[in-house]
Parts: sequence; structure tokens; C-alpha cells
Amino acid sequence: MGIAAWGLVAGVAMGKSGLPLALMVFMSLTVFAGSAQLAALPLMASGAPIWVAWATAACVNLRFVIFSAQWRPYFMPYPLGTRLRLAYFTADLNYVMFMRRFPEPRPAPEQLPYFWGGAATNWVAWQVPSLTGIFLADAIPVHWGIGFAGTLALLGLGLSLLTDRATGVAGLVAGCAAVAAYAMPLKLNILVAIAAAVAIGLLMDHGTPRPPSAAEDRT
Amino acid sequence: MDGWEGFVAVIGLTVITVVTRGFFFLSEREVPIPNWLRQGLRYAPLAALAAVVVPEIVMHQGRLIATVLDARIYAALAAASWFWWRRDILGTIVVGMLVLLPLRLGLGW
Repeated sequence: MGIAAWGLVAGVAMGKSGLPLALMVFMSLTVFAGSAQLAALPLMASGAPIWVAWATAACVNLRFVIFSAQWRPYFMPYPLGTRLRLAYFTADLNYVMFMRRFPEPRPAPEQLPYFWGGAATNWVAWQVPSLTGIFLADAIPVHWGIGFAGTLALLGLGLSLLTDRATGVAGLVAGCAAVAAYAMPLKLNILVAIAAAVAIGLLMDHGTPRPPSAAEDRT
Repeated sequence: MDGWEGFVAVIGLTVITVVTRGFFFLSEREVPIPNWLRQGLRYAPLAALAAVVVPEIVMHQGRLIATVLDARIYAALAAASWFWWRRDILGTIVVGMLVLLPLRLGLGW
């Protein structure tokens, strides 16, 4: 249910992005990563260079990089081709369900059928509402502002990542920097904002001043 | 972005999906999770989302909005309040749109 609503919102946002309908259908069927798609959309629609859209999507997808370390013990026995296909389908929901079903990190023959069953269900549950949303949005006038649902979805997702003061400050820095640097060409304000926020975050983690040690004094 | 450029962008996004999701089980070599990645992960996704979302809410045609008569502000405030209260993204979207649509269609904000 949750995934269907999420797919519908992403679909509507895609349909209202001003990008060609055929491209959006193609995007829905191939990319299969809702939050990364939603984040890349306004950049693509405003004519940002491709690599800025890619870098932003990659940042939003970073959580999957951490998940992939947990998948490794289960998937390594399979050939690379199979692993590539597995990688494409390891979305959030499959991750949660698989890890609950197979808490022991070792391969077992019943895992792949379980995985593919879940992945197929997830894919269909995502694509049907997403495509519905794309075509539905096409029928709704632009001035209603339905595409804003995509922004609200990203807003909720962002708020869910606020866990403490440090992440709050980093989020604030990113938002302000993105607005302040808006005039930069090529939508580089997005990358500047990400870099500034990560730098502030790491500074807050490590920035406690320490007295110079003897080793440093010798330089 | 349209035509072949949009096509290339989408293909690239698909590659990013596969590479990020399979990052640590595509290569044969055992790669430990580097420390910078663990720490960067705390901030980078949030930063990317905030960088995309905030201008979408407070800017209009490349300028900071200079009016309080903009439906997006109230929709975003209502949506954020709902999230703080219930921590539920679906409700956040619904509440935001329920505020946005009457203001926009009824009052033309």
C-alpha cells in the first residue's frame, strides 16, 4: 500500500515535470528508484547538465551502498550477471523483508526464489501506480500544482533523516546554500549545497579543537 | 533536457541504481566500508534532499519569493507539521496537497 501511493506520487510528479511523456515512461520502467528519480526530475526539467542530476541521484541513493555490504555474504556465490540483476532489484522493501526472513548471513538455495518473488511483487506494485500517475497527471491542468506532491514526498523523506542536532544543522546549511547559490550556472548550487552540508557535518563530528601534540610542533 | 540527452540521463540514472545497490557485492574483492562513507552517509542524502526541496518551496523563477501569498509555503508548513506529529510520509503528502489545492484553486495563490 505504502509503495503504491509512493509510486503514484512519483508518477504524478514525473507527468507534471514538463519533460516528454515518453521519456518519463521510459524513466519509470528503467530507473526504479523513487527518491532518486524525484530528486533528479527538477534538475532535468530545468536543463541542468546530466552529471549534476547523476551526482544528486547518487547522493540520494547512498543508503543502498550501505545495504549492499549486508547483501554481500548472501549473494557472492552467484556469477556477476546474476549479481547485477540482483543489485537492480534490491530496493528498501526487499532489503527489510529479506533480512527479517534470513537473519543468518550465509547463502541458501531457498533465498533466490524468495528474493525474486519479493522483487517481482515490488516492481509491479511500483510500476502500475507510477505509470498511472504519469498518465493521470497529463489530464490534470498544470496550474493545479499537482507536481508539488513530489516535493512534499521529498520533504517528508528529508525530515525522516533528521535524527539529531548535527543532521539538522547540515540540512539547514544545505537548504540555505542551495537558495543562496541559486544563481550559479548549471544548477551547481545543488552540488555546492551538498558539499557545504557534508563538510559542516564532518566538522561537527571531528571539529573538537585539540591541543597541538609534540609531533605536530616539530614541523 | 529532451531527446537524446534525456535518454542518456535516464540510462545513467539506471546505471546509478544498479551500482549503488550492488556496490559491495559486485566486485570479487572484499572491500571494507571506508570510514568516510559511513560518516558521509549521515549527511549526504539529507543534504541532497534539502538542496532540491528548499528552492522548490521558496523560489519562483530563480528568485526568492517576495510575497506571503504563496500556497507552497503553507502547504510545506502544514506537511512538515504533520510529519513531526505522526512521522508518516504518506500523510505528509496528503496534508500538504489538501492545503495547497484550495489556496491555489480558490484564492489563486
